[in-house]
Amino acid sequence: MTISADSETKLRYVGRSVTRREGADKLTGRSRYVDDMHVPGALTGRTIRTSIPAGRVRNVRFPDGFPWDEFIVAGPDDLPANEVALITADQPAFVDGIVRHAQEAVLLIAHEDAGLVHEAARAIEIEYERDAGVFGMEQGHVLKQLAIRHGDFEGAFANGDVIFEGEYRTGAQEHVYIETNGFIAWWEGDGVVLHGSHQCPYYVHKAVKHAFALDRDDQVRVTQETTGGGFGGKEEFPSLLAIHSALLSRKAGGRPVRLIYDRAEDMACSTKRHPSLTRIRTACTPEGVFKGVEIDFHIDGGAYVTLSPVVLSRGLLHSGGPYLWPAARMDGYCWFTNSPPYGAFRGFGAPQSEFAIERHLDRLAAKLGICPIELRKRNFLRKGDMLPTSQIVGEEPELERIVERALELSDYRAKQSGYGEGNGRGLGLSVFYHGTGFTGSGEVYLDSVVALEAQADGFVEIQVSSTEIGQGTETVFAQIAAEGLGIDIESIRFRKPETGAVPDSGPTVASRTCSIVGGLVERAARQLREQLAGRDIATASATGPVRAEARYQAPPGLVWNDDTYQGCAYGAYSWGCNVAEVSIDPVTAELRVESMWGIYDIGRVINPVLAIGQVEGGMAQGIGWATCEDVVLKEGAMQNTRVTNYIIPTSADAAELFVEFVEHHNPCGAFGAKGVGEIPLDGPPAAVANAVTFATGKDIAAIPIRPEDLLA
Amino acid sequence: MTIRMTINGRDCTTDANPMTPLLDVLRESCRLTGTKYGCGEGECGACTVIMNDELVMSCLVPVMQAEVATIETVEGLARMADDGAEILHPVQQAFLECGGAQCGICTPGMVMAGVHHLRHPELAPDGLAEALEGNLCRCTGYSAIFRAMERAAEAGRPA
Ligand code: FES
Ligand code: FES
Repeated sequence: MTISADSETKLRYVGRSVTRREGADKLTGRSRYVDDMHVPGALTGRTIRTSIPAGRVRNVRFPDGFPWDEFIVAGPDDLPANEVALITADQPAFVDGIVRHAQEAVLLIAHEDAGLVHEAARAIEIEYERDAGVFGMEQGHVLKQLAIRHGDFEGAFANGDVIFEGEYRTGAQEHVYIETNGFIAWWEGDGVVLHGSHQCPYYVHKAVKHAFALDRDDQVRVTQETTGGGFGGKEEFPSLLAIHSALLSRKAGGRPVRLIYDRAEDMACSTKRHPSLTRIRTACTPEGVFKGVEIDFHIDGGAYVTLSPVVLSRGLLHSGGPYLWPAARMDGYCWFTNSPPYGAFRGFGAPQSEFAIERHLDRLAAKLGICPIELRKRNFLRKGDMLPTSQIVGEEPELERIVERALELSDYRAKQSGYGEGNGRGLGLSVFYHGTGFTGSGEVYLDSVVALEAQADGFVEIQVSSTEIGQGTETVFAQIAAEGLGIDIESIRFRKPETGAVPDSGPTVASRTCSIVGGLVERAARQLREQLAGRDIATASATGPVRAEARYQAPPGLVWNDDTYQGCAYGAYSWGCNVAEVSIDPVTAELRVESMWGIYDIGRVINPVLAIGQVEGGMAQGIGWATCEDVVLKEGAMQNTRVTNYIIPTSADAAELFVEFVEHHNPCGAFGAKGVGEIPLDGPPAAVANAVTFATGKDIAAIPIRPEDLLA
Repeated sequence: MTIRMTINGRDCTTDANPMTPLLDVLRESCRLTGTKYGCGEGECGACTVIMNDELVMSCLVPVMQAEVATIETVEGLARMADDGAEILHPVQQAFLECGGAQCGICTPGMVMAGVHHLRHPELAPDGLAEALEGNLCRCTGYSAIFRAMERAAEAGRPA
């Protein structure tokens, strides 16, 4: 059977706001999150953590007054391999003698009386020998270094053009998923069963199998329960809870153990967005045509490698912004410090480096005496241009059109001239891009597989490890599958992700789910349609399920060299522009983002309501990061670990958000889709900072922008 | 001491310690896990329920204060049609259509706050933004929730 090329009118589900499939369950309270699981006989676990950032554990004291013999106590010696396997396995599951950050696990306790566990955890005393520790970047050791070289960057700075420098900083950011981290584990025979809140079932699987030195894959069964937000915070971090809960359960003879963090613990010990420091030096003609750029991009990695090398990579690759740089020297440095490891957070390094370049361009425009929008337009990437990694831009990004639409919707020019500079009100703009999926050869290594299975009861089941974490995975995959199969969407169901039962479609990260994994779902659907050959599902599968699998294949020409950092970094790019309108209270200097506009090219919009929801939510997180979200660090660890003192936007703070899409379809993504999940974080900070600079005359170079920065 | 309550129209009793948060009683004793924990200190709103027609954060309410109270949780909003189909409350229905729920963890509390606001708009003279201020949502940026609430208000308005 051949499938004719889709024309817009023929599409029945793709492009439509199909209702969120698990929506009614979430709205009625039926959805089961891990803490909602009723597991009879379960013990409650608790983690005992370090209170110093560097040194050694001398002694652990269990004070009198607790029935310690009733407790399960577990530590590093109980674990076959005291390692959390990720890119490397340098992070231990428990302090391995040397304390490398505060909030590091020393041991675990469990008891059936939850109240008693919490009291006992507070009573345990740890004696230390303290070391000094390293806090902040550009000290201590480099965790990872990367370099991009392009064109004659030395020459670019040598011939009398305008040279301009700047230094930009971004703070840490806490995810504040409203559901804290949690796992419940028990052992059945020689295998462990894990239910939890996480984005990547197979990451957890790998880490648990490694830590317990298990031989067979089927000895670890990881199920994802309904997950109350992730934003990257439940990418790598949940592996620790999985190992810990599994270990307590094993010591308890296999009895179930609940390990559910309370808010303060979650905020104190979990990963955050990497703080960054970017130094930019640009060369351009007096008219503002770019000649070259030099960028030093630094991030604080914390105490262990975890995902920092790839965060550094994405940050560095996006550091030039969506502009043509004929020459570039870009150096990235990730630093070891004695902070809890920084980790994945929506945007993965790109929001940090794109803040820097977009703020730099407004400052450069002021120096040149050119309108910042005009400066950008003179240098926008166009089809056929070369990126610093030698990748040729394969589509017309139409950035001018995107920007013009944002200006028009926001009434930018009229408002800006009406407000005038320095009067407490103003607008600012940012332009940005985001590569879809894993960087470079990452998607090839992931080797993702999806399966669709026609089953005897008349349903087609989608089997993937890609998780629904609020973004709408189940819904968009059902749309894509129904469209590809040419059947009613009601006949599609989504198998709850469970390792072993679903193939490994890779992690739910990097804006890859809808576009890349969705593309595999589309292929599998078309293939299954051929296999069904016109028969109805129940008839075709009467004697057994009919199954179609699709495996990732790199698009032709997608070649990447990890050694030279040259080649195609991403198979597709999404593009966007934000305009922020801000006001500053003349007395209190309170900064308010009144409105934000966002125009995005995310390729085909599979489901408008869900896509707008993704974008609006991301914009709000970006606004929060730029304004009120201030992680207060003391010796590397977060101090304001409550929602009362770490402030995320409330409905009363919420900016009015306006979103539109421009569609350039990606030939390799599901029905033309590109990445959507992360690009919303790339633009808001610089748009807000540029607006604040206009409104106050203060040269903003760091976020979050605190009232005291504006009063000074 | 036994504490009696009416939850979603049903009489319930609990022998829990009188200082136990109502949230824990709902979730653990009554197995009504629709009401969520987010912070345990009255700041996130995930645990919001309606008690005696007032909006409360159930994590802050010692269960003894709920003695003989009438409590409404998210589980009590939808109705069943004669044919067995579920009829969502207008607020739930509007959230479903407008994308007001993403990860869903703030949703039960948010929906209860929304239902309460439609009953008592006078308590929030500045409107929705004020009415929902006690309920944090990290996924939506609130815009879709506002749209949903406007739609629910429309639906509830007599034609
Ligand atoms: S759990 Fe009650 S307000 Fe957060
Ligand atoms: S929908 Fe996820 S926190 Fe509101």
